[in-house]
Amino acid sequence: MWDFLFQGFAVAVSPLNIALVMGGALLGTLFGALPGIGPINGIAILMPLAYTLGLPPESALILLAGIYCGSEYGGRMSSILLNVPGDAGAVMTTLDGYPLAQKGLAGPALGMSAIASFVGSTLAIIGLTLFAPLLAMVAVKFGPAEFFALMIFAFASMSAMMGKDPLKTLIGAVLGIIIATVGVDSGTGVLRFTFDMPELYDGIDFVVLIIGMFAISEILLMLEHSFDKSSDKQMAPIGRVMVSMKEVLSCKWSMLRSGVIGFVIGVLPGTGASVASAVAYTTEKRVVDKEDTFGTGDMRGLAAPEAANNAAAAGSFVPMLTLGIPGSGTTAILLGALMLYNIQPGPMMFSEQPVIVGGLIASLYLGNLVLLALNLPLAGVFARVLTVPKWVLVPCIAMLAFVGVFQLHSDLHAIYLMLGIGIFGYLLRKFGFSLAPIVLGFVLGGLMEQNLRRALAISGGETGILWESALSIGLWIAAIIVMVAPWLLGRLKSKSAAAQ
Amino acid sequence: MSTFSFASLRRPLLAVALAGAASVSYAQGGKPECLAPAKPGGGYDLTCRLASNGLEQAKLLESPMLVNYMPGGIGAVAFNHVNGVRKNDPDLIVAASTGAALNLALGKFGRQYDASNVRWVGALGVDYGAVVVAADAPWQNLEELMADLQSNPSSVVIGAGGTVGSQDWMKAALMAKSGGVDPRSLRYVSFEGGGESLAALLGGHIQVFTGDLAELKPQLDSGTIRVLAALSDQRMDGVYAEIPTAKEQGYDVEWPIWRGYYMGPEVSDAEYNAWVERLQKLDEQEKFAEMREARGLFPMSKFGSDFDSYVKSQVEEFRGLAKEVGLVK
Repeated sequence: MWDFLFQGFAVAVSPLNIALVMGGALLGTLFGALPGIGPINGIAILMPLAYTLGLPPESALILLAGIYCGSEYGGRMSSILLNVPGDAGAVMTTLDGYPLAQKGLAGPALGMSAIASFVGSTLAIIGLTLFAPLLAMVAVKFGPAEFFALMIFAFASMSAMMGKDPLKTLIGAVLGIIIATVGVDSGTGVLRFTFDMPELYDGIDFVVLIIGMFAISEILLMLEHSFDKSSDKQMAPIGRVMVSMKEVLSCKWSMLRSGVIGFVIGVLPGTGASVASAVAYTTEKRVVDKEDTFGTGDMRGLAAPEAANNAAAAGSFVPMLTLGIPGSGTTAILLGALMLYNIQPGPMMFSEQPVIVGGLIASLYLGNLVLLALNLPLAGVFARVLTVPKWVLVPCIAMLAFVGVFQLHSDLHAIYLMLGIGIFGYLLRKFGFSLAPIVLGFVLGGLMEQNLRRALAISGGETGILWESALSIGLWIAAIIVMVAPWLLGRLKSKSAAAQ
Repeated sequence: MSTFSFASLRRPLLAVALAGAASVSYAQGGKPECLAPAKPGGGYDLTCRLASNGLEQAKLLESPMLVNYMPGGIGAVAFNHVNGVRKNDPDLIVAASTGAALNLALGKFGRQYDASNVRWVGALGVDYGAVVVAADAPWQNLEELMADLQSNPSSVVIGAGGTVGSQDWMKAALMAKSGGVDPRSLRYVSFEGGGESLAALLGGHIQVFTGDLAELKPQLDSGTIRVLAALSDQRMDGVYAEIPTAKEQGYDVEWPIWRGYYMGPEVSDAEYNAWVERLQKLDEQEKFAEMREARGLFPMSKFGSDFDSYVKSQVEEFRGLAKEVGLVK
């Protein structure tokens, strides 16, 4: 059964294909690093290029896989350096990545995230190699009711992030859920909160939301600080550049756990890197954050979402390669690329197209090695972005954000909306709200509502369907445990303290 | 909507954003452009790429065709854009499909607009609706499924990739109506796109999936699904040859999903005819036929006034259907 992998490596190590995977990784890193252009758009834009170059199918797929891996690596850069996530999967990376950069540890943070990305991807690719056909059959058992329970679990996990101000976290999450309701209602086709503006029919675009929330509000904060020199939070000077062995080892369990979580969530069709990194981060916070240092620049809080979002990216190949069902927007585009070559992924693909499947998997292994080799030494170089004075950096972020959003929409309304959201985000930050719960509320809330509605449509309104299967019961129990356990543990501790 | 031309602004911006990404050069003015009224990667993107790759391969254009995206309002934003800003742009074609005709009929592009607000150039391909069940489903043909629906419409869970009122829902509604079942009594679940619906079918969460024929090929090859009926006027070739049409099973329902293009309302007859001729020439090429097949489309040759009247009568027909199934009053 390993024939396909051997054949794959034989294909992938040809000089042309190695050059393609390296070129793709580099291009992808660039696309991922640009705010607003994530893996989906990077691949959609570059796909015609692969076709016009007249590459054979396995080479085209290898190029695209390189771009995909690269953009997952690149997305973290602006998260860590500028507090602006490059795409959905990198939102959680800002939570500990940016504080690390503020402490002068941008170099080690970038290095750590490259290693975590590598560990997460590699775990997931091994999972893909070993279990793909088996996992695909389990993944389709995950129906609307199970997805709803998963979202409940994810929201319950978020209570771990509440930190010092639980009320503001809660308000933030609810705001996110409210924003997610804008647009055509997915069940009935009714327009909700669109005010007769066709631009709002499809809802608020995720890219517009995160660029507005993070980038624009960041620019406004910087502007404010430039008027008020006294409150200027100066970045610490850049300290050492390389991540230390000790730091890597301290994160090893976080990376492994998060890699597994990310892979499993990535395999499920319809959920992706954003959900995976959120669940991984909150899980790690519960498991290892004893001194409450997550959110203040903890390496483990950076390693967890980075391992998870890369693992999820690789995991989403499972339903695509085995069932012909795209597990994410990006794999949907890769599926389109395969169809250009008259290849239909499906249950027979592993046996009928061993060269393509093997070549793709082998190039995922190689692409990640290339990216690790590329990113570790360059971490120091990228970290130097922070030495650029703010009066140069601010207009550059703004310009990149505007170009990115305009390019995707060809329409000024998206820009206005982004500015409006940016001002709103700025106000929220001034009032001491954290932005991550809002974005998570937006992502999870939309999925939660859709799946609840679907489940109830299937059952004809019978709520029993929500806790019918063993899978959903397990998720409900897990959700209750993560909600109640910290409180119970706290009670027990104070009791035993009182007894002493 | 602002009145200055986005076109002059967009190209240099794009060139900055995509520097080195594509082999085409982005000089200003006079470049053919296909606007996909959606995000990259979907059906409209494929429709634009079919024209752009096809025309380039057949050397029917002097300079390569640019593909741009304008998502929003399931095509409404682009339709408004063409009617407001680029009414007479002779270099712009916009991707459209049966879904656009349906949205026009439902007034979702704005009440003031109908099919006569743009110039319909032609269609280069078509796919057909299909009624799909899992391989282990109890129904062997459309009649058996219809019998169950007739005795208790809500005993069968039907799912597809669009909301109530979308073309995926219309397929289910029309199928039900052809068997005398009230579409409003169906138990219908909407998913995001065909992929998710297919996963739900394979996982046993829904029992019937009203999808599109071409996207089912891998599952047909592997035998995990059964197609009860193709919603085409006659049987297709190849792997689809065994699939009976709904019509031959006695149910009068058809659902072609054409892939075509429109231009601004004030484009001159000469420019419009030039595009009609260009697409017509492309359609006759053998190489193009291969490309169309690779993209999962069947041939459909309707161009110029032929296509224009086809779309207009389709919009009229949909308007009547929407009233019948209770979508509009």
